[in-house]
Amino acid sequence: MTPAPLTPDLFSRNRTRQNRTGREEKPMTPVRTLCLALGLAGLGLSLAAPVAQAQGGPLRIEITEGVIEPLPFAAPGFVAENPSAAAIAEEITRVVAADLAGTGLFREIPASAFISPVTSFDAPVAYADWKAINAQALITGAVSQGSDGRINVKFRLYDVFSGAPLGEGLQFGGGQGDWRRIAHKVADQVYSRITGEGGYFDSRVVYVSESGPKDQRLKRLAIMDYDGANVQYLTDSSTIVLAPRFSPSGDRILYTSFETGFPRIRLMDLASVSSRALAELQGNMTFAPRFSPDGATVVFSLSQDGNTDLYSMQLSSGQMTRLTNAPSIETAPSFSPDGSQIVFESDRSGNQQLYIMSVGGGEPTRISFGEGRYGTPVWSPRGDMIAFTKQNAGRFHIGVMRTDGSEERLLTASFLDEGPTWAPNGRVIMFTRETAGAGGVSQLFSVDISGRNLRAVPMEGGASDPAWSPLLP
Amino acid sequence: MNKLSTILLLTGALALAACNNPDRFGAGGAGGAGGAGGIAAGPLGDPSDPNSVAYFNQTIGDTVRFAVDQSTLTPEAQTILALQAGWLNQHPTYTAIIEGHADEQGTREYNIALGDRRANAVKAYLISQGVGANRLQTVSYGKERPLAVCSDEACYAQNRRAVTVVGAGAGV
Repeated sequence: MTPAPLTPDLFSRNRTRQNRTGREEKPMTPVRTLCLALGLAGLGLSLAAPVAQAQGGPLRIEITEGVIEPLPFAAPGFVAENPSAAAIAEEITRVVAADLAGTGLFREIPASAFISPVTSFDAPVAYADWKAINAQALITGAVSQGSDGRINVKFRLYDVFSGAPLGEGLQFGGGQGDWRRIAHKVADQVYSRITGEGGYFDSRVVYVSESGPKDQRLKRLAIMDYDGANVQYLTDSSTIVLAPRFSPSGDRILYTSFETGFPRIRLMDLASVSSRALAELQGNMTFAPRFSPDGATVVFSLSQDGNTDLYSMQLSSGQMTRLTNAPSIETAPSFSPDGSQIVFESDRSGNQQLYIMSVGGGEPTRISFGEGRYGTPVWSPRGDMIAFTKQNAGRFHIGVMRTDGSEERLLTASFLDEGPTWAPNGRVIMFTRETAGAGGVSQLFSVDISGRNLRAVPMEGGASDPAWSPLLP
Repeated sequence: MNKLSTILLLTGALALAACNNPDRFGAGGAGGAGGAGGIAAGPLGDPSDPNSVAYFNQTIGDTVRFAVDQSTLTPEAQTILALQAGWLNQHPTYTAIIEGHADEQGTREYNIALGDRRANAVKAYLISQGVGANRLQTVSYGKERPLAVCSDEACYAQNRRAVTVVGAGAGV
């Protein structure tokens, strides 16, 4: 599903353009625009929010202080270039629009407001008609389907107020079953061009699907698209499974299973849905695994005689290295993206706190110092922040901090929030939220790292322990 | 075997099967009795019969409780465990798996480690009372298997526990 530029390149003669201030700029260079308002929470200042394009500037979203309206966009139904593509063209348009609106950074203008229909992908854009309804971004597309079922999707993005395309037109080809992924790729392009950030829509989430009463909860591994679509179960519910984690290439997962009667780490190949024990470690529990960024090493917790420490294992040789040796609990390890450090939680100070150590072990440095307990640290894929679960005064929070522990910011609060996982672009976090009481259920929620746009992931049944994949190739 | 013991037997066997089934997709798996951990199912017997597993479970008590985020054995817990040890010493053909549990007020991984601490605190005490270490195994369920489901201290206190699950009739 490799994107290809549309040819002949309609935009090649227009490599540069004038914006409204008369300054010349390259339309293909995404302006770095999602500036984060970090460190404001402690001062009680308002959290980051999108600022729609200011009159007179290039099309962009900036996240700064203060809440401004999301950027309005129009996504007229993608043109079906042959009759068999009509239904799928509409579906693709809806997924593109839902991806963008779901970020909270964009607002879709309903088709009922449109002045002129888009009936041809190559017809000139009637900028004035889109400007009149205040559509700042316009997304047009076309879908064709071959006799073999394969589909081809073209799209273009326009900066309406500049009256010019924003970036090149692109096309994606794929099998009929790939239509949702293609739609996510289109939306990723739009998101990326306007925010200057990497996309995250064409990604998957592996998680634990939950059913049954609280004291006899049935759990099974499942995988879905980031937006809750295309659920596939990876295990049955005959044994407890916990906390799956993706490999860096997204083709394998590590998880903890009670299938031997004891919690042990297993490694599953997603293509074949076959799994094996990570290691035969009789008499011990192993859990909380995570891959190194190169996928060659696994770091995990091993409990022996009531004491839990961190170990790493080379997947190729099975060779194990002990990383911590303390009478306290050391668990929930997560690698830095460069593979040089590991963040983890330990109760060596008397309660759960976050620590960073070198990948080979050695003396760790404590980074969390606020009130309460800190657990389940996860290093951002961008390397700049660490997400965590915080317990304080009977409440649970998902939060983020700098890797030195500064600029701590709590994004959520509830009876029980835990287990953050980062979107591939490091801008959104998904986590588990469980409600209180005998009828309590777990659900997956997402929130962006400014604390905005908290929403439940639409899915049926209970779910916990999400892990976000890398962006798919 | 009376009706009660039949029910207890079935319940116990089902519970073991649920915990130990090693077959990923369940159907026809080799789980249950005689599965992982070397624990086999057997009759529980009558709780008034000091030689019965039911006596161990109910009359002595198979469960001890813990304070919040603690694995220290309370005096009450030590009293129960001394009786458990006495029973195990008198019935040397039995083995046991000690299950450690935590309440829901904690993160998942930490609670697995905390439950392991609790189970091992019980194991260490039983060993100190003369029970052979080779007869005892430990496992932690973290917060995955609460006994009581409300979300207040009345339930949390019941869930912070270690349960000594005696394997009836299993040789070592």
